[in-house]
Amino acid sequence: MTKVTMTVNGKPASGDVEGRTLLVQFLRENLRLTGTHVGCDTSQCGACVVHVDGKAVKSCTMLAAEADGAEVTTIEGMANADGSLNTIQQAFQDHHGLQCGFCTPGMVMSASALLADNPRPTEAEVRDYLEGNICRCTGYHNIVKAIMAASGQDVGAIAAE
Amino acid sequence: MYAFDFEKPGSIADAVAALKDEDAQALGGGQTLIPTLKQRLAMPSKLVSLTGIAEMQGISKAGGEIVIGGATPHAAVADGVAGDYPALAELAAHIGDPAVRNRGTIGGSLANNDPAACYPAAALGSGATIVTDRREIVADDYFQGMFTTALDEGEIVTGVRFPVPEKASYMKFEQPASRFALVGVFVAKYADGVRVAVTGASEEGVFRWSEAEAALSSDFSPAALDGLSVPADGMISDLHGSGAYRAHLVAVMAKRAVAAAG
Repeated sequence: MTKVTMTVNGKPASGDVEGRTLLVQFLRENLRLTGTHVGCDTSQCGACVVHVDGKAVKSCTMLAAEADGAEVTTIEGMANADGSLNTIQQAFQDHHGLQCGFCTPGMVMSASALLADNPRPTEAEVRDYLEGNICRCTGYHNIVKAIMAASGQDVGAIAAE
Repeated sequence: MYAFDFEKPGSIADAVAALKDEDAQALGGGQTLIPTLKQRLAMPSKLVSLTGIAEMQGISKAGGEIVIGGATPHAAVADGVAGDYPALAELAAHIGDPAVRNRGTIGGSLANNDPAACYPAAALGSGATIVTDRREIVADDYFQGMFTTALDEGEIVTGVRFPVPEKASYMKFEQPASRFALVGVFVAKYADGVRVAVTGASEEGVFRWSEAEAALSSDFSPAALDGLSVPADGMISDLHGSGAYRAHLVAVMAKRAVAAAG
């Protein structure tokens, strides 16, 4: 076992992990931050996306030991300080960007990484960026719409299909 | 995953020393290795992470070449060489998905030499030099077949030097589920000739299409490839596409790459 220490959602977190412990296991099982989901466990679906030092990564395909010393943000760290939904989360609610909700944590984390990099993406850029996030309910349309809205763009012209 | 020890050295020398242990394995970004371990297709005694080695990170220029550290993630390559080598930046920007590109590294990709990976096409198509902890290997000698390279046991790809071409382009026909190249063709025009490297297609891994190189070296236009084809023998044939289909795609993607390079 190795001791790892990292900052998770602004707070110090540490624990003993095996070499093979995945970051997502450490977050869910050690820290009980179960908002980060494991969908496919093969780095394809994106339900496990978190930010490590500001970059979106698939936490099912990164060892916990690799995140030693890192700043990690999970879906639990996304709400505003007063507990209200942040802009992206609120937009997902307003535009019906989720149905079952399983993929939503990863979608929100990817959307947040996209908007940090590209504050006013085109619809094509949003769809391209979500290549590694799979949703089996919505058909993506309202997810894309929510992210466009969260970026402050008028989504009236994007009709629901 | 089977259990393994984990080490994260801070220098190339320490990493080389750590890899001397029996069954120790280097870990780049882990975007291929971790899924492989999950399937229990490998059983290393120890993983030696290369992501904490500062001297293997980043992009610089030296003598007309772009030098990329072996532990540089794809996303950093996509951003870092956009001005100097746009075709390489575009290639890096379309590997996997954004989260994969934030972790996966150029050195890891080249060391793995997946027959459908993109970077081998760029390295071979550019006549790049693979720099390791102990020597330099030209791309023509480096790639030795599917998942096989000239690397010795415990040898680390510390960097890659890319000569910058006059024109270049990479065209990838994606396998729609995995996003790996069903066929990808990298075309690069240098003062002394054109290089054409093909990934995804051959059972021997990435290869140079010399007939196309000769034709394009005398006339760099899509029409110069009219009538040329690669034999279907030796092409990968699987549920995603037959060998004949892949062979056909090679010529199609090569033409598109030449057209896009302008």
